[in-house]
Amino acid sequence: MESSPPADAPPPRLELRGITKRFPGCLANDHVNLVLQGGEIHALLGENGAGKSTLVKMIYGVLHPDSGSMLWQGQEVRVPDPAGARRLGIGMVFQHFSLFDTLTVTENIALGLDNPGPMAALANRIRTVSERYGLALDPDRHVFHLSVGERQRVEIVRCLLQDPKLLIMDEPTSVLTPQEATKLFETLRRLAAEGCTILYISHKLEEIRALCSRATVLRGGRVVGACDPRQETARGLAEMMIGSELSTPERPPQGAAGAARLSVRNLSTSSDNPFATNLKDVTFEVRAGEILGIAGVAGNGQAELMAALSGEALIADPAAVQIEGLPSGHLGPRARRALGLAFVPEERLGRGTVPELSLSDNALLSGYASETLVTGGMVRFAKARAYAETIIKGFNVVTHGHKAEARSLSGGNLQKFIIGREILQRPKLLIVGQPTWGVDAGAAAAIHQALIGLARSGAAVLVISQDLDELFVLSDRISVLFHGRLSDSRPTHETSVERIGLLMGGLFATPPDEDGEIARAL
Amino acid sequence: MSAELSLIGPILAAMLAAATPLLFAALGELVVEKSGVLNLGVEGMMLVGAVCGFAVTVKTGSAPMGLLAAATAGAATAALFGLLTLGLLANQVATGLALTLFGVGLSALIGQAFVGIPLKGLPKLNIPGLTDLPVIGQALFGQDLLVYLAILAVPLVHLFLYRTRAGLVLRAVGENHAAAHALGYKVIRIRFLAVLFGGAMSGLGGAFLSMDYTPMWAENMTAGRGWIALALVVFATWKPLRVMLGAWLFGGVTIAQLHVQGLGVDVPSQLLSMLPYLATVLVLVLISRDVARTRLNAPACLGKLFHPDA
Repeated sequence: MESSPPADAPPPRLELRGITKRFPGCLANDHVNLVLQGGEIHALLGENGAGKSTLVKMIYGVLHPDSGSMLWQGQEVRVPDPAGARRLGIGMVFQHFSLFDTLTVTENIALGLDNPGPMAALANRIRTVSERYGLALDPDRHVFHLSVGERQRVEIVRCLLQDPKLLIMDEPTSVLTPQEATKLFETLRRLAAEGCTILYISHKLEEIRALCSRATVLRGGRVVGACDPRQETARGLAEMMIGSELSTPERPPQGAAGAARLSVRNLSTSSDNPFATNLKDVTFEVRAGEILGIAGVAGNGQAELMAALSGEALIADPAAVQIEGLPSGHLGPRARRALGLAFVPEERLGRGTVPELSLSDNALLSGYASETLVTGGMVRFAKARAYAETIIKGFNVVTHGHKAEARSLSGGNLQKFIIGREILQRPKLLIVGQPTWGVDAGAAAAIHQALIGLARSGAAVLVISQDLDELFVLSDRISVLFHGRLSDSRPTHETSVERIGLLMGGLFATPPDEDGEIARAL
Repeated sequence: MSAELSLIGPILAAMLAAATPLLFAALGELVVEKSGVLNLGVEGMMLVGAVCGFAVTVKTGSAPMGLLAAATAGAATAALFGLLTLGLLANQVATGLALTLFGVGLSALIGQAFVGIPLKGLPKLNIPGLTDLPVIGQALFGQDLLVYLAILAVPLVHLFLYRTRAGLVLRAVGENHAAAHALGYKVIRIRFLAVLFGGAMSGLGGAFLSMDYTPMWAENMTAGRGWIALALVVFATWKPLRVMLGAWLFGGVTIAQLHVQGLGVDVPSQLLSMLPYLATVLVLVLISRDVARTRLNAPACLGKLFHPDA
């Protein structure tokens, strides 16, 4: 038991006592206690589904607890809605930004304020605050023009304009370059020094060790521990989160790289979609037995590159995409699969699987040809079910069986299923987008191991990811995609996170839209 | 004054009148769609408005009461749509189509007793001096109140959407309902209000047809104008001013083809009756060829269901 605080100490900024929240079929938060002091940077740790998001949504008034109480500066309060939270002085920066693409920065910020006043005056206040905290922003631009880092600044400035006493940040750096993250940390430290409490949610343990002075660990909706992250190792923190030992992927040395399985030559795209990034002269190849990693902040052409490689978007010049030396730019996804290409899209629900269909039906969708699950136009359901069960067993997918709907699986389990489905078809070439985005540490390690195993068995693997730690674990070579251009690749052991990070930000010195050589300077 | 010139005034006046029902319905639907809801039941709401406005005017002898009844009936029909799609999460497209079928049937049922009864029409504006101006006098200063009201609604809707906080919130809800909800806006309530407004405007559009344009009740008298209004909103890329231009174009071709028919040109009248629909769609498709601009103005959450806990 904690001893009662001395009488002259100020009450904690926020105290949660016995917060419980139940959803149909799951207990998201089970008697959670949490104490946040004024001016501290406090980490909230836990795997996916541990209940972190549910907890902060209750603090911010988006959800309401079933039981338990909340004390704000010593006073018991109820937060009816986000506006109520903002009145108390609680601000929140969401993981998936709550921004409106077709509105301007000022309009977006006005929507998050209860009393924004006239737009011109607000724009001036935005300029003042963004200068003061080093968060450069142009109030008149439309949000869809902004980079992901700039979008996050919009959210932060929106919170800062309300003089928050508690700022909640949900996975703020998952979309930032390392340099952008460093700048963000400076801002956060400055805010904390001014007395603002920061509740920081992240998967990235090194960051938490660098930034936070206290951490609370959630597992299965319960608080399972608290610590000073500066005193712990990243591995120790990860094991607290998952409650068991963490396995690191083994990485046998690469043999001699074989023939080019995929060559992309001067691939350029154009699109009617104003939100799309056109690819410009992208050239690279992936050889048998190796893993090529493509780094870059989302929105720099990853979606377009994936579409062009999978066959979802056809390329006018067939020779721009060659699979096993055959011009394939004009071929659709089925023809490319027939050549030995397999594909794991970033979007698990909707592209990777049909959410409403069962796992066996989803197994059928990409495996029907190579696994002969269809003969004479008729589906062989027994074989499809057996195939789905093989995937579930072989890749430790936690589910109640092949009849489960794809959407009922957690992100990590669904991703294991999708990657298993593709790997079991023995592809010659596998393209994976964001293999472990939003996947917890245990599943991520399993996925990494499977990809390395596939490459070492002779397949070519292309991984497109925003997560640099992941790319440095997986890749033999790394390139960077920036504004639709691809840098030359470098062997992973000859480069560093800092150098790749600089490239992800376009080297800073180069104006973003200039046609100059951006990444050849590696 | 030459005979040709003397025709321009009446044609202009008739064009503005022909455009009015479209303008009401399309502006209403524009606000609905900007909030992220696709209500395909415009035709049905117009018919219900038309018959209720007509019936109440006949029974009470008061045109203002009739208009009030039309707007209320349109809003009530829309409320049914809102309840089903926003409250019970029914599919918006299917519900909208059903609403049109429902409106056709309901209006025919209510209207049975009123077929063949003539109505006087709404009083026209008469400003001595101005109304008597040659060529434009009748068109600009001799219309009835609803024609002016519809035109006035164009800048009002624009100002509401782009200059007021309520309009900003409405656009935000249509753009990203999850984000709007996370910021604490009542997505369902805002959309329901927009749907009610759309219904009232459709009702007024219908009432203009039955109480003034052709002051009588006939089954299915909107003749597809609800659908044209829907098309106008999309092709006008959700911009009030373009909606007005589209409505005027439709009105203009409607009147022009009537005159061509009147002159006895040897073209099947069915073909000529097709013209206003064809011309409006064609021109608006050409205007909205710029895919990028269309995407910027299109509400991103249009037609998507929203549930606060999901």
